[in-house]
Amino acid sequence: MKLRGAEIILKCLEREGVDTVFGIPGGSVIPLFDALHDNKKIKLFLTRHEQGAAHMADGYARASGKTGVCIATSGPGATNLVTGLATALLDSVPMVAVTGQVVSHLVGNDAFQEADTTGITRPVTKQNYLVTDVRDISKTMAQAFYLARSGRPGTVLIDVPSDIQKAECEYDPKPDSSIRGYKPSKDGNPRQIKTALNALLSSKKLLVYAGGGVISSGAAKELTDFVRKLNAPVTLTLMGIGGFPGTDELFIGMPGMHGTQAANYAFQNCDMVFAVGARFDDRVTGKVSAFAPHAKIVQVDIDPTSISKNVTADIPVVGDCKSVLRQMLILLGGIQKTPDYTSWRKDIAVVSKKHPLCYKDDAVLRPQYVIDRFYQITKGKALVVTEVGQHQMWAEQFYKFDNPRRFITSGGLGTMGYGLPGAIGAKRACPDMEVIDIAGDGSTQMNIQELATAKVYGIKVIVAILNNSYLGMVRQWQELFYKKRYSGVLLGSQSSKDQKYWPDFKLVGEAYGLKGMRIEHKKDVDAAIKEALAFKETVVMDFQVAKEENVFPIVPGGASIDQIIDMS
Amino acid sequence: MKHTIAAMVENKPGVLARISGLFSARAFNIMSLTVGETEVSDVSRMTIVVKGDDKILEQVGKQLNKLPDVIKVIDFKNEEFIDRDLMLVKVNASKALRGEIIEIANIFRANILDVSADTMTIELTGRETKLEGAIRLLRPYGIKEMVRAGVVAMSRGRK
Repeated sequence: MKLRGAEIILKCLEREGVDTVFGIPGGSVIPLFDALHDNKKIKLFLTRHEQGAAHMADGYARASGKTGVCIATSGPGATNLVTGLATALLDSVPMVAVTGQVVSHLVGNDAFQEADTTGITRPVTKQNYLVTDVRDISKTMAQAFYLARSGRPGTVLIDVPSDIQKAECEYDPKPDSSIRGYKPSKDGNPRQIKTALNALLSSKKLLVYAGGGVISSGAAKELTDFVRKLNAPVTLTLMGIGGFPGTDELFIGMPGMHGTQAANYAFQNCDMVFAVGARFDDRVTGKVSAFAPHAKIVQVDIDPTSISKNVTADIPVVGDCKSVLRQMLILLGGIQKTPDYTSWRKDIAVVSKKHPLCYKDDAVLRPQYVIDRFYQITKGKALVVTEVGQHQMWAEQFYKFDNPRRFITSGGLGTMGYGLPGAIGAKRACPDMEVIDIAGDGSTQMNIQELATAKVYGIKVIVAILNNSYLGMVRQWQELFYKKRYSGVLLGSQSSKDQKYWPDFKLVGEAYGLKGMRIEHKKDVDAAIKEALAFKETVVMDFQVAKEENVFPIVPGGASIDQIIDMS
Repeated sequence: MKHTIAAMVENKPGVLARISGLFSARAFNIMSLTVGETEVSDVSRMTIVVKGDDKILEQVGKQLNKLPDVIKVIDFKNEEFIDRDLMLVKVNASKALRGEIIEIANIFRANILDVSADTMTIELTGRETKLEGAIRLLRPYGIKEMVRAGVVAMSRGRK
């Protein structure tokens, strides 16, 4: 039986196990939305902005481990996806975007709502396609999903002219998805794995440094077993949070710019770094030439380009974290004596004890306190999504995660406006979890329209806005490194006479038919959190926190990671 | 340091854009890039000359390999290879100077493709140093127009 291109696209989505798509229609995707109208298996979430759709697909993917799907029309619809695609690609999130394109004979004619979508999205996708023949759809979709979720996961965009969506052909249910130029190495070289393990076992001061690769490959259990077997200290990058239990005493915190002093001390004093699915990002290493000066580096990553890109690996292993760790665990099983890291751990514990993560526990309503209370009251069981900025770092510091896919944040691109749509997507993936969007007042306003999506589809998230009326992270840098010359960071009234702030987030919540709350005093925090947790719909919480609180510790940009400024 | 790399790629639209985009996005310095068909109809071959140290070269190779449209990357760093560039150059050549220019062309085993009342157009194939040598000798006559095709390369022997 012949099917229309649009129907074939949906058949392909079903074939890939997709149950949810996020998107907005427009002239060039009406055929696809027409087909969606009759589809019982795929639920459409109509968002209020295409960027929201992309971030929702991303949040859905990060929370579930499945591939997120978003749909947009040609031209502005597609260009609005760009930030979402870049966000997902940089954090290795599997995502497929389907965009409509103007009819084939108008492509290249500056037609209405035409943009060179494949051209614009090329740098923000792992691969993209312009479909020119309806018979190619099935194969292209199969390749797209294969690329998105295999190897180092990423984004794939398929641009489909509207006439191709309407054209008919036989649906090929089992197309060949293989790509001759694409063969990601999964298992790693067994000999190299053995060499790597032997090197690790020859160390006296081992630091395990794990990142997002552990989460995306589903290797949290293997990593935990491996670390516990060796009793070695472990640090996790922002993307790796939850890859090892945050409450375990072997966990020494996140490294880098806003990392713990203990983690940075460990890097600077270890004799061996075991990097697992982490890419030595500049926010981790600080000044590269002064980074981990005494350490040999064993690096496991599925992406060869991540190995020795910033810091040269002495023993590289190209492979999937889960598979490589499994092989190492098997090898470890046959080894009687492993190194004793007790005194090394004690050295780190001294630093930890001397410089713990902390905040001033006084009468003032401080942002860290709010996160701390969320952590205590939810008993660490919530799924936390964040916006980007100071609150994001505080969320990492004061909410502890024992499981993977429970802390979702735009780490690589640092996209303000990610949190609210990301949380909605995550909630759709995990309807039984309590989802909390830890937000700033600046970031929240970058995709606040998605409150309507939350309302309409009955998605419950808690939007906890730590409102300091500033673009706080930039303000902090201006305070510390630019002589307190605050330029373009005050979001409230520009008149020094009043302290007025717009919008009133409580009223915004109410305007969307949701619950709005304002919390001004420390003593009201617990009751407010409990009330929000008990509420059935999305709650917008406006916490009026201390305005000029800073994230500590901080390593100034470009400095070595042992040059730390901490709370005085 | 200059390095020559060849990449076998899918012969389809957008592939050249993806590769040139990769080079600009990663701030790799391309000296020359050529694309052409190969013995297999749906495979194109790119020859890329990049400037950079070993570390950059390693990243270039890895980044190219990472692209799904790139089937194979050949790095000529550790093997003997043949490379050639092709150039067309139009020089001022009055009747009186033609003889001298023909002599230069002969020395470089160049072909004279076109002659007009006051110009001559020369075709020259060879390694870069040879082309540059010819340019140095032709420049005093006045080069009106010049175009180079870019380097193509292939390994020596059976490989």
